[in-house]
Amino acid sequence: MSDLIKLSAAELASRLAAREVSSVEATQAHLDRIAAVDGDVHAFLHVSEHALETAAAIDARRAAGEPLGALAGVPIAIKDVLATQDMPSTSGSKILEGWVPPYDATVVARLRGADLVPLGKTNMDEFAMGSSTEHSAYGPSHNPWDLSRTPGGSGGGSSAAVSAFEAPLAIGSDTGGSIRQPAAVTGSVGVKPTYGGVSRYGAIALASSLDQVGPVSRSVLDAALLHDVIGGHDPLDSTSLGNAWPSMADAARRGAAGDGLKGLKVAVVKELSGEGGGFQAGVKQRFDETVAALTAAGAEVVEVAAPSFEYAVAAYYLILPAEASSNLARMDSVRFGLRVKPEAGPVTVEHVMSATRDAGFGAEVKRRIILGTYALSAGYYDAYYGSAQKVRTLIQQDFATAFAQADVVISPAAPTTAFELGSLVNDPLAMYLNDVTTIPANLAGIPGMSIPMGLAPEDGLPTGLQILAPAHQDARLYEVGAAIETLLEDAWGHSLLSQAPLLTEVTR
Amino acid sequence: MAKDKLLDFDKALELFEPVLGFEVHVELNTKTKMFCGCANAFGEGANTNTCPTCLGLPGGLPQVNRKAIESSIRLGLALGCEIAENCRFARKNYFYPDTSKNFQTSQYDEPIAFDGSLTLELESGREVTVLIERAHMEEDAGKLTHMGGATGRIQGADYSLVDFNRGGVPLVEIVTKIIEGAEADAPEIGRAYVSAVRDIVRALGVSNARMEEGNIRCDANVSLRRRGETKLGTRTETKNVNSLRSVERAVRYEIQRQAAILEAGGSITQETRHWHEDSGTTSAGRPKSDADDYRYFPEPDLVPVAPSRDWVEELRASLPEPPAERNARLRDAWGFTKLEFQDVVNGELLDIVEQTVAAGASPADARKWWTGELTRIANAQGVGVATLVAPTDVAQLSALVASGDLTDRLARQALEGVVAGEGSPAEVVEKRGLKVVSDDGALIAAIDEALAAQPDVLEKIKDGKVQAAGAVIGAVMKAMKGQADAARVRELVLERAAQ
Repeated sequence: MSDLIKLSAAELASRLAAREVSSVEATQAHLDRIAAVDGDVHAFLHVSEHALETAAAIDARRAAGEPLGALAGVPIAIKDVLATQDMPSTSGSKILEGWVPPYDATVVARLRGADLVPLGKTNMDEFAMGSSTEHSAYGPSHNPWDLSRTPGGSGGGSSAAVSAFEAPLAIGSDTGGSIRQPAAVTGSVGVKPTYGGVSRYGAIALASSLDQVGPVSRSVLDAALLHDVIGGHDPLDSTSLGNAWPSMADAARRGAAGDGLKGLKVAVVKELSGEGGGFQAGVKQRFDETVAALTAAGAEVVEVAAPSFEYAVAAYYLILPAEASSNLARMDSVRFGLRVKPEAGPVTVEHVMSATRDAGFGAEVKRRIILGTYALSAGYYDAYYGSAQKVRTLIQQDFATAFAQADVVISPAAPTTAFELGSLVNDPLAMYLNDVTTIPANLAGIPGMSIPMGLAPEDGLPTGLQILAPAHQDARLYEVGAAIETLLEDAWGHSLLSQAPLLTEVTR
Repeated sequence: MAKDKLLDFDKALELFEPVLGFEVHVELNTKTKMFCGCANAFGEGANTNTCPTCLGLPGGLPQVNRKAIESSIRLGLALGCEIAENCRFARKNYFYPDTSKNFQTSQYDEPIAFDGSLTLELESGREVTVLIERAHMEEDAGKLTHMGGATGRIQGADYSLVDFNRGGVPLVEIVTKIIEGAEADAPEIGRAYVSAVRDIVRALGVSNARMEEGNIRCDANVSLRRRGETKLGTRTETKNVNSLRSVERAVRYEIQRQAAILEAGGSITQETRHWHEDSGTTSAGRPKSDADDYRYFPEPDLVPVAPSRDWVEELRASLPEPPAERNARLRDAWGFTKLEFQDVVNGELLDIVEQTVAAGASPADARKWWTGELTRIANAQGVGVATLVAPTDVAQLSALVASGDLTDRLARQALEGVVAGEGSPAEVVEKRGLKVVSDDGALIAAIDEALAAQPDVLEKIKDGKVQAAGAVIGAVMKAMKGQADAARVRELVLERAAQ
């Protein structure tokens, strides 16, 4: 295994800039790693045929002395939810099998513009509906820490790619936790930016008012560097914020270097601290230890109540299906994607649409389309969609109360460590509860991050710490995240992922 | 298709009160579409003016066209509406292949403009005020073409093609409140209402406003209420009635058709109806219940539209004179009959006639040239009449005729030259040598020559047979190549013959 794949994106970028290593070498090392382990991990749905070519072009431009971006030449994996004009973009669904969009998502265009090297497209639950990648139409991804377990979802492909050292960076999307929960269960770092902080143009929509694209990495600084590339206003996304954002990377470096934890006000939300059960003991233990470590480092920890959070999952599972039922209506066979002729009856456009959607959508997608269609129906709208929107306002108020007392809110990022593949797939409600800790941030539109919090004693699997900041305060998240990451790694004497199994030795 | 039974119109009115309502779709003439940067233009290849957003590709997102908002507000203000301080778009969800996303981005319970009114003047002088419920913004659908099959309709077609060039074009839908008390004027009210909307839209310049091209499309709702009852009858909605005359005919037809059914003890089906221009009839479309469930919800991909009060007032201050007032003012000033004036309005010539009058032409001359010769040339060449010549050209031409420098016939020749790009009327007259010969000396010489050549005619004139002079006048006009004032020639012929 090449040492190049073990490097952080920041370190790789600095070696590339110093011309100690070429982008072609770095890219080849990651392609080799993918070839070696992805048969077991299945992080990728598609590996780019253009990666080496792209890397060579960047090397040539560097040799010519052209100015390049901070992450120039660094390979990156892209969740299949994003439109890429040189690779199929399926969102994990059969209905889009083989569809190559005629355009790049804004985030993808920014990656290319900043001279990153797209390695391929990562696996995900179909249309990002799930917490395990088991709802992918192309088979699940496997957790590099234990291949019998899920790498989380929906962005399990991206978290698995990063934690299996197949890519130093990845792009994810987070509607209810799809970046943070996979990060937690694979020992990686994942960030859901403030709603509107990163463009959604070209991200195949699940729930428009909740979706947010964000970085996946092995360190807080790497996530920050990537955030700086993909973030900022996009006129093509009307919900994109016009803020002048500070450098996230500067914030992360500040956090790692300083003693920012001293006097930091940290809120623990009673409803998300595992007090009422439902959290795995090892997760709870590591969280309590982290709280203690923060206190020891001079942080001021307060407990706050968020009484509306108990309605969060219920509200989420009304808003999400409602918006998804409408967003997915365009998958109709008329302009792109799968087309299936009805087995019987006249071949009318209605019958073709119906047969295509029947064959092209998986069970979970159908379940949510039906739920959403019902929730939006005349006579039910106020009771369901309308009430759920009110819960959103209440949750925002709960967060406002918390942030009036604290700089950040923390909680476990997921209630359990990675679960066994197959263990929850037939129990949708249990699967939905995986996102109980992450959903409130999406409903409120605030930024959230998951960083490694140590291995659970009972199963030796990663746990994640969730850090939440007020809307627009993404930089605070990176500063505090890097400070806690440094605190924990100093205590452990290493990074968590350095303890991850070397898959080539384990399985081959 | 069985022919509908119709009740005599007067009989229908005796038994029932017609109740109307109109939905008028106005296609805005913005440069780009409602929610993306694609050109709002047709005539190029199918699906050329498209992008991921208007094609409904996965990942596409809408952006609101500010100019379309501005046009909608101006239209709302011109209809006397309130303008919302904050309003959202909504998704109207239904599956149909001309709607790329399988939802239409529209407005539902938060229209940009609401509570307006429009006062119409009917032929009889009766004034009717139509209340406007709302004017909301939405996007147009693509165009379906059904291939194979005999009729070009979806039934029997082998396959269908979709062109999304029109998909996402901005529309404003203007919805009236129900119109009661129309009585026998109902058909005319329909026509007058749509005509008034068209005039407003045209004066604002927010749409090309060509009904025949579908820039303005009218859906006419008609129901009948039996005399003495208070409850409204079941309505039908006749879709896409695309000329003023058709609106009038369609309303009349539905009144007679529904009356016949009700009178025979039947009941009206709540449905949409197709209008057939050729036969002047309607036929059943799809059933439409008030409970049609479009699962409306606020469009989460767009932020609310919140036009500032300052902006709205700025737009209000810049509104043109209301067409009804302007029409009354100009008709009065110009002394046109109603018919003459309507000719000018229908030909979209009001502005240009006004400019021509301002350039010095008499209103009668300006009207005559623009609605007559120029319209004829424009139709023959298949171009817009306004592109042919400038109002100042027409004014100059008119002055040349008035001064006797040109006859009508010569003026038409001069106009041809102007249209052909040979210069101003005066320049064309100069270059082509069209000017009337007003030199009596030259005319007298020609007359004497003609009289000498036709001594018998001279004798007849001397005998008092004045009409015989025609032959001499003809000869003189021919000798002058038509460039003489025939009346003056006649005077001179009689003078010379008398000597």
